Amino acid sequence: MGCLARFKNLNFDGTFAFDLLWFGKSALINLHRGPKAFGVWVMESKAPLCLSRRSFLASTTALLATSVSVVHARTFHQGMPWAPGAADLPPLTRPGPWVFFTADEAATIEAIVDRLIPPDDRGPGGKDAGCAVFIDRQLAGPYGHSEGLYTRPPFMPGSSTQGYQNPDSPAGRYRNGLKALADHIGESNGGKKFRELTASDQDKLLSNLENGSIKLKDVEAKAFFAMLLQDTQQGFFADPIYGGNRDMVGWKLIGFPGARYDYRDWVERHNEPYPLPPVGIMGRADWAAKG
Amino acid sequence: MARKLPSKNVVVIGLGWTGSILSYELAKAGLDVVAIERGPWRDTATDFPPSYAQDELRYAVRLDLFLRPAQETLTFRNKADQTALPIRNFSGFLPGNGVGGAGIHWNGQTWRFLPTDFRLRSHLTERYGADMLPSDMTIQDWPVSYDDLEPYYDRFEKLCGTSGKAGNIKGTKQAGGNPFEGWRSSEYPTPPLKQGLGATLFADAARKLGHSPFPQPASNLSEAYTNPLGIRMGQCSYCGFCERFGCGNYSKASPQTCVLPALLRLPNFTAQTESEVLKINLDSTGKRATGVTYVDTSGNEWEQPADIVLLCAFSLFNVQLMLVSGIGQPYDPASGQGVVGRNYAYQTTSSVSLILKDKVLNPFIATGAHGMMIDDYNGDNFDHTNLGFVGGGYMGAGQTNARPIQTRPVPKGTPKWGAEWKKATAETYQHAFSLSTHGSSYSYRDCWLDLDPTYKDRLGRPLMRMTFDFHENELKMSAYLTERLAEIAKAMNPTEMQANPRKGPYDSTIYQTTHNTGGTVMGADPKTSVLNRYCQSWDVHNLFIPGGASVFPQNHGYNPTDTVGALAYWTSDAITQRYLKNPGPLV
Ligand SMILES: Cc1cc2nc3c(=O)[nH]c(=O)nc-3n(C[C@H](O)[C@H](O)[C@H](O)COP(=O)(O)OP(=O)(O)OC[C@H]3O[C@@H](n4cnc5c(N)ncnc54)[C@H](O)[C@@H]3O)c2cc1C
Ligand code: SF4
Repeated sequence: MGCLARFKNLNFDGTFAFDLLWFGKSALINLHRGPKAFGVWVMESKAPLCLSRRSFLASTTALLATSVSVVHARTFHQGMPWAPGAADLPPLTRPGPWVFFTADEAATIEAIVDRLIPPDDRGPGGKDAGCAVFIDRQLAGPYGHSEGLYTRPPFMPGSSTQGYQNPDSPAGRYRNGLKALADHIGESNGGKKFRELTASDQDKLLSNLENGSIKLKDVEAKAFFAMLLQDTQQGFFADPIYGGNRDMVGWKLIGFPGARYDYRDWVERHNEPYPLPPVGIMGRADWAAKG
Repeated sequence: MARKLPSKNVVVIGLGWTGSILSYELAKAGLDVVAIERGPWRDTATDFPPSYAQDELRYAVRLDLFLRPAQETLTFRNKADQTALPIRNFSGFLPGNGVGGAGIHWNGQTWRFLPTDFRLRSHLTERYGADMLPSDMTIQDWPVSYDDLEPYYDRFEKLCGTSGKAGNIKGTKQAGGNPFEGWRSSEYPTPPLKQGLGATLFADAARKLGHSPFPQPASNLSEAYTNPLGIRMGQCSYCGFCERFGCGNYSKASPQTCVLPALLRLPNFTAQTESEVLKINLDSTGKRATGVTYVDTSGNEWEQPADIVLLCAFSLFNVQLMLVSGIGQPYDPASGQGVVGRNYAYQTTSSVSLILKDKVLNPFIATGAHGMMIDDYNGDNFDHTNLGFVGGGYMGAGQTNARPIQTRPVPKGTPKWGAEWKKATAETYQHAFSLSTHGSSYSYRDCWLDLDPTYKDRLGRPLMRMTFDFHENELKMSAYLTERLAEIAKAMNPTEMQANPRKGPYDSTIYQTTHNTGGTVMGADPKTSVLNRYCQSWDVHNLFIPGGASVFPQNHGYNPTDTVGALAYWTSDAITQRYLKNPGPLV
């Protein structure tokens, strides 16, 4: 039991990078993440990860979502299987430029997430926490493409108790929603963009989206806002490995110790705040070797 | 055309909790067993080691270990006059997929049903008269008694190493345990888990009000334990990443931690993964199963002949496979005739949320099943005269986590975003706690499962259609239980509290539990059941559904898996001790 992949942390200023030994190849990818100092992480995987387990059965009657790899049927007999380095590691958020968003969309999203979670004396807001990076990478990945969901027609409107019944994937909904929002703001604010409004006008606009009093062209404003809010807060509180919650600012805000796994010594220490700071799956920036 | 494989004694459909127990017991008895599982092989070191198991986004939000609707889903509607629509993204309940089934990512709350639950209709009629029951309520007695199952409950709990405190050993009440529970032949295999502040405050308040709190029985082990199969489990570390997650510590009972290492050593057992059973095959008489047909990842179809077929595909898919295989008469709610799909039921939960400003609760220190509970308002443990409903549930302080994407309480009236939201979130997290009730869900004439007329799965089979809504009896029950719970909450002197009784209509997007029950009910009468008292099909004698919750005639005020596991052992004994000697109908 235990780590099949080992993380090593070097010191580096201004960038955050993964050095992946992946299928025997090594790739250094830089992510510019603002002014904070982060480490360089070297992840050494002892052996290539075979195939994603997030798989479905292939069949003659159906094609699978393109990015889902197919694991072949296997037979197990006389003994638990074991192979070195076969761990199904968490998907890595690739550092670097925007993957899904255009530069203009990204600027809007960064402005929005900073109103949904504003910076204050308790800590950074959504933008510096990396919420926009998080959403960008999620939209470029399985979530963005409704991977694994039931997407067969017919699509019919139903009651709210029947759940989402629309063919649009999150990626499509963001693309259309941001366009409709930009058009709306442009028309009602003399060609301005969201990021050019005052903070209080931005808040007013977001409130109106939230309560549905704004009509966007071909986009359900309320549902679009709900998705934006959900994804922003997910980015703020998810493990930093996904690009948000940078330096664990979301966890520090509330006092969640993160990816720790053993509280046996603290269960019965009633009314005593847990003393250790949070850690993420990758550890913590200040574990980096100094100098 | 399916290619035919060499015949086996036993083919097991699905390698989760029931499939792994039956595979082990029957292979141990010398039979040649193959288990066919639609999902991948999974194990602790490869799929949820402690180096990255604690990933809320991946496991709890993106549901990495669960069944993907693209592979299989169902359609849903509340009422028969609506058009059912597909559940495109599971969220109201979360079926498992892959070796271990939902046994990997369950909570571990391990409850026995009450002795009176097993004779529910008789008991309620005797005590209150038949008029007490709504006319469309289709509850019925189980064909087995608590006494029949007791040794098998004991066996499943010993397999799991369940942590708890007995309240009744062979009829003698035990201090500190559940005074309402049925008799136990022995104490729990391991002592109760430790409790945090929230649960301790709840227990104090409940005691003050005259209730009898006790630690929730948990298959998240309070100490290291070696089970009867010789498999060693570790101590739970209260990591708070339990339900929806696999356990990286080998502390949560699952097929992986309790059965598979021993099962895989048996030379006469084989597991076939990534292979989905399409249907159960019958001979020309329709009274004998000849085996199953399955499809592998390359789209190849295989026929696996076998003498005995065991359907272990989880409650919902047990029903689906019966329907698509054309075994048993499908239920028709208009006439009330037919049995397959009849008596689908669920669970009726509710909560009371609290803020205790002057307390530091460390709510993230948690397991899937610790906490302090009371059982005073379960089943018929309390007098229902003049209450206007039947049923009940356990309740108490069992908050299982404070993972921040999904658990971030704020005071009532707080905006959902912005500066005020941020402040309230920061100030509340350490001081908020939630209590819950776990109520029964009785069965009704208009709640059932059948095949959808429109939507198909990726293999071209009709999706199963669920028609389900809460009934007035359950909503009244939930209101009553939630009021009792709120009384205890109030005695905890909260800064703020809010009672959230269950309200209708049933919403398939809001998670309550994955305790889907009924549809292949066991019973004494083939007109109102699919299986006899040995979980054997009335129609096809070499087909058994060994204990999946689809065999429950209705759902009681507890989690299902202790009863599921007990019935698995009960069925395996019926097969090895009776059926093998004289294959044919056991009743
Ligand atoms: C999040 C969560 C929390 C839970 N918490 C609790 C709890 O605290 N207490 C409790 O009592 N219960 C709990 N449960 C329920 C518990 O997990 C189930 O009762 C138990 O796993 C049922 O065992 P089973 O063998 O019937 O099904 P499973 O363990 O789910 O196994 C069924 C297997 O069959 C496979 N299968 C299905 N169809 C096919 C097919 N056509 N071909 C091949 N294979 C197939 C599936 O992939 C799966 O692996 C919880 C469930 C969930 C999801
Ligand atoms: S709470 Fe305990 S049993 Fe559950 S996953 Fe964590 S260590 Fe395992």
